[in-house]
Amino acid sequence: MENYKKLIKGLVGNLLAILTSLIVMLPLVVLFINSFKTSGEANKMSLALPEKWMFENYAVVIEQGKLVSSFFNGLIYATFSVIIIIILVSAASFVISRNFKGINKFVYYFIIAGIAMPINNVALMKVMQALNLVNTRHGIILLYAAINIPLSLFLCYGFIGTIPREIDEAAVIDGCTPIKLFIGIIVPLLKPIISTLFVLNFMAVWNDFTMPLYYLNNSKQWPMTLAVYNFFGAFENSWNLVSADIILTLLPVLLIFVIGQKYIVGGVSAGAVKG
Amino acid sequence: MNRNKLYPWYFTLGALILFFLLCFLPGMIGIIYSFTDWNNFTSEVNFVGLRNYIAIFDGNSEYIKYIGNTIVFTIVTTIMKTVIGMALALLLTSKLVKFKTFHRMVIFSPQVMSYLVVGLVFKSMLHPTTGFLNNFLRSIGLETLALSWLTDLKLVFPSVMTVDTWKGMGYIMVVIIAGLLSISSDYYEAASIDGASFWQQLRCITLPLLKPIIINVTVLNVTYGLRVFDMIYSLTNGGPGNATGVINTAVYKEFSKGNLAMGTTLSSVLFVIVLTLLYFIIKSMENKEVDM
Repeated sequence: MENYKKLIKGLVGNLLAILTSLIVMLPLVVLFINSFKTSGEANKMSLALPEKWMFENYAVVIEQGKLVSSFFNGLIYATFSVIIIIILVSAASFVISRNFKGINKFVYYFIIAGIAMPINNVALMKVMQALNLVNTRHGIILLYAAINIPLSLFLCYGFIGTIPREIDEAAVIDGCTPIKLFIGIIVPLLKPIISTLFVLNFMAVWNDFTMPLYYLNNSKQWPMTLAVYNFFGAFENSWNLVSADIILTLLPVLLIFVIGQKYIVGGVSAGAVKG
Repeated sequence: MNRNKLYPWYFTLGALILFFLLCFLPGMIGIIYSFTDWNNFTSEVNFVGLRNYIAIFDGNSEYIKYIGNTIVFTIVTTIMKTVIGMALALLLTSKLVKFKTFHRMVIFSPQVMSYLVVGLVFKSMLHPTTGFLNNFLRSIGLETLALSWLTDLKLVFPSVMTVDTWKGMGYIMVVIIAGLLSISSDYYEAASIDGASFWQQLRCITLPLLKPIIINVTVLNVTYGLRVFDMIYSLTNGGPGNATGVINTAVYKEFSKGNLAMGTTLSSVLFVIVLTLLYFIIKSMENKEVDM
C-alpha cells in the first residue's frame, strides 16, 4: 500500500514537471517549427511540421536582417559595458563594505537609491548631448554601465561582506599596497559574484531595445534587438522569416545562459542567504 | 592599521561619477522640471508649484486609473510568481522527479528572451483568429474558450499578467531552489521521525528558513512590477483604450504628446513610491543581520 502511494506521487510529480516544461517551451517550439515553413504556412502559427523544410529562410534572414553587423554591435555594447560595471562596482563595493562609515556609507545609499530612479529620457537626452555622447558607441556603453551600476553594487556589496577581513590584514603585513591587495587577493575571491554580474548584466544589455532607439540614430550602430524590431516592421507578413530572425537572436543569450547557469543561481543566492 | 589608507576613497570614484552623470543628474533634472509647465510647444518654462501633482491626484483624472493598474499588476504578478515559483522549486527539488536539471533550465529559459520578442511572439500566439492558442482550443473542440485574449477589455489585463508570470516565474524558482538546497536535510529527517506531514514541514521548517530569500525575491518582483514598461508596451501598448495602461506607459504617452512636465511628474511619483518601499525593505534586512 505504502509503495503504491509513492508510485502515484512520483507519477503525478513527473507529469506536473513535464506539463509545466511543455507549457513554458511551447512558444519557442512554435517559433522554431515556423522558422522552417513557407510564409503561407507560417501565417497559421501551428505545431504542424512544415511540408517542406525551408532552410534557406535562415540565409535570407542573415542577409536581409543585417544580422552579422548587428550581432557584433550588440556583442560590443554588452561586453564593454559589463566589463566597466564589474571593474567599477567591485572596486567601489570593496572599499564601501570594508569601511562602512561616513562618506562611504553616504555613497552606498546614494547609489542604491538609484535602483528606484526612473529613467527620464528627455532629461537624459539633454545630459547626453551636453557630454557629446549621443549617437556614439562609447556613449551607449557608458549609459548601459551607469544604469546597471546600482543593482550590481547592491549584489556585490552583499557578497564582499562574506569574505573575512583577516585576509586583508595578513596581506598588508606582507607588504601589499591597497591596489595590489585588491587586484591580487580580493578579485580572485570575487569570482562567483563577478560571474553572476557578468551574466545578469550581459542579458539585460543584450535584450534592451529602448536605449538604442533613443540614443543611436544610425542603423549601422544598432544592436540585434533593434534589428529584430526593424525586421518585424519590414516583414510583418512573413512570420517564417520573423521566427528565424528571433531564433537567431535568442541563440547567443541561450548559449551564455547554458554556460553560466551555475553562476546565475550561485551569486543571487549568495547575496540572498546573507540578507 | 589605518582604514582610510588601506581602503582608499578613490576606489568608489568611478562608479560614483558614472552614476552621478548619467543616472542621478538626469533623474534630478526630471524631478525639478515636474514643478514647471515644461513642454514641447513653447521654449518658455514657468514654475507652477504643485499644479502637476494636484492634476494627478485630482479625483477623476485618468492617472488614478494608471496608478491603480500599476499597483494591481505589482501585487498580482508578485504573488503569482512567488507562489508558482515556490511550488515549482519544491517539485523540482523532490526526489520523485526525474530530469530535474532539464526542467529547471527549460522553465528558466524565457528569462533570457527580450520583452520585445516576448511581445511579438505572444501577440501572434494569442491572435483571436489566426493565433496558436485559439486554433488549438478549436481543434480539441473547446470552441467557446477561444476568446480575444488581448482585445477583450475584461480579459486583456489578466492575459498580460499571465504572460509576465510565464516570463518571470523561472527566475524566482531558480533563486528559491538555491535557498532550498542550502537547508540542511537534518531538519526534515527529524521532522519526519516525529511524524510531521508535508504541509507541517513546509509551514514550520521550509518557510521560516526561506524568509530572507523570499524577502529578496519580493524586492525584485515589487520594484520590477511598479516600473513595468517593456512588457506592456510590446504586448498591448496600454490598450485597448487605457485598460492596461500603467504609470510608465502613461509617462511614455505624455512624453510623445510633448507634455514633458506631466510625464516627468508621473515619473517622480513613481520614484517616491519605489524609494519608500526600498527604504523599508533595506531597513528590515539590516535589522535581521544584527539579530543573526
